[in-house]
Amino acid sequence: MTGSPGPDPALTERQRLLRRIRSNPSFLIGFGLLALIVAVAILAPLLAPHDPYAQDLMARNRPPFWYAKGDWEHPLGTDQLGRDYLSRLIYGARISLLIGASVIVISGLIGTTMGLAAGYFGGWVDLVVTFLVTTRLSLPVILVALAVVAFIGGSLTVVILVLGLLKWDRFAVVMRSTTQQVRSLDYIAAAEAAGASTARIIVSEVLPNVLPHLIVVATLEAASAILLEAALSFLGLGVQPPLPSWGLMISEAKNYMFFSFWLIAIPGTALAILIFAINLAGDGLRDINATSER
Amino acid sequence: MLGFFLKRFGLALLVAFTVSIIAFVLLRVSGDIAIAIAGEGAQQADIEAVRRIHGLDRPLAVQYLAWLGSALSGNFGDSLYFKTPVAALVFDKLPVTLLLGLTALTFALVIALIFGTLAAAFPNTWIDRLSLSIAVVGQVMPNFFFALLLIMLFSISLRWLPVSGSGTWQHLVMPTIALGYYVAPAFMRLIRASMIEVLASDYIRTARAKGLPRWMVIGKHALRNALVPVVALAAVQLGFLLGGSVVIETIFAIDGLGYLAYRSITQKDFPVIQVIVLMLSVIYVVLTLLSDLINAWLDPRIRVA
Repeated sequence: MTGSPGPDPALTERQRLLRRIRSNPSFLIGFGLLALIVAVAILAPLLAPHDPYAQDLMARNRPPFWYAKGDWEHPLGTDQLGRDYLSRLIYGARISLLIGASVIVISGLIGTTMGLAAGYFGGWVDLVVTFLVTTRLSLPVILVALAVVAFIGGSLTVVILVLGLLKWDRFAVVMRSTTQQVRSLDYIAAAEAAGASTARIIVSEVLPNVLPHLIVVATLEAASAILLEAALSFLGLGVQPPLPSWGLMISEAKNYMFFSFWLIAIPGTALAILIFAINLAGDGLRDINATSER
Repeated sequence: MLGFFLKRFGLALLVAFTVSIIAFVLLRVSGDIAIAIAGEGAQQADIEAVRRIHGLDRPLAVQYLAWLGSALSGNFGDSLYFKTPVAALVFDKLPVTLLLGLTALTFALVIALIFGTLAAAFPNTWIDRLSLSIAVVGQVMPNFFFALLLIMLFSISLRWLPVSGSGTWQHLVMPTIALGYYVAPAFMRLIRASMIEVLASDYIRTARAKGLPRWMVIGKHALRNALVPVVALAAVQLGFLLGGSVVIETIFAIDGLGYLAYRSITQKDFPVIQVIVLMLSVIYVVLTLLSDLINAWLDPRIRVA
């Protein structure tokens, strides 16, 4: 529309998609970075030079290699209990990624179901869903999560469940509006006229068309869940020691940060890079979606 | 307009009422208030006695109605830890948190106005890219980590500001930056987008055509119109900031609602947490109601919705 060359008719849908992906640097960088972090997390036992839980009280607060006193025995130094920091960092990636992935599965299922139902059926279903979303939005997430996790007792499972049950709002909002748009299109009416059941129309006609939006929301929510877990663990009310959660590592190190700054800088930077990668991939995906809809 | 207002007001009341149920039920289902009252090491018989005395053996619905009854007459119960009325405790800490929320919001708006406007005035230049990087850093940095970095810089290296506590304006500087920077990116993107839209409109071209300098057109004519959507977002973000202040207040030991909430959570002080959750929800509901009304007042097309 803005003078850009139209799609080449000789290309298949798939080739066009690949071409759009290749011409989107932010998606490529974000996705590449994310893939790298996932690979590190999966290969943690092979990559970590030491046992992330093994304490060595003779080698506490060793600095990383770029300090004069650092050595390659512990490339990123050791923490206040003499545990190898690089190994903890590598295993910590597993926790953040597990949190991000599991929370969006739970919240995605809840939110997508609600949003699809509201957008497809409208009427009182829509009213109820809208009310539930409004109510949920008014609850202060971090406070409710802190309280519930603290009372039940902090553990990885509890944190995942609590965040999953709290963070479905954006899925519901976006799915509701995109389903409303898709609902009014001709092919839905055609499917209805052909006698397809409601369940079939939702699963095979509506869902594939709202999927791109779903994935974009999922990336945003994964990033936000990872940050929330880190904050909960930082406050001591999330994942419990000795697990190497990055938020918990910062929390455990904060009393030493004046003398051993790397103890908070390393996990903090790792968190920022992971969130950056996810956001970049998500932004790229949104652009790819936007160009495909033109 | 009156019909619109009544409808929104009714919805807000219903939401607040539902939140009060959720807060009540959620906390009692996830923890045992009788153990919290009796103390961690209490005997089973003592816990049972506490349950009877405090009426905790009644069905949850009955307990809620009893709580609601006294809450409506202004009695929110006593804190298990401080042994004082919850309402007094919460209202005592609220001003500090509101002040922090407002200073953080102001900080975010100032940052966003400067860089959002500059980015819109010079799109696709290094200024635009600089603003984008500032926004990205704000988005990806965990706010508690950012707060620790501020402490390292301003308290340890430069020795300008106190590490923690509250009372003087110096105590508010770092919490304001840490909390405000967190919401600044949302404003920055909105201001940039709406500014670019406004700058492309006819009356801006007219203003430029009659010979007004560029900075005057941007500062006087464009900004005023670009700010309309920002007002609505500000109301919503303030509610969000108040909820997020629990982390920042805890790090800087600020004597506000967020730090009180954190301490109440660690001490399993059910009545206090419940009221703080309800309070923050009600503030959020009121702010979104205000933002709806502001929007409807500014744009009559919304009123029919």
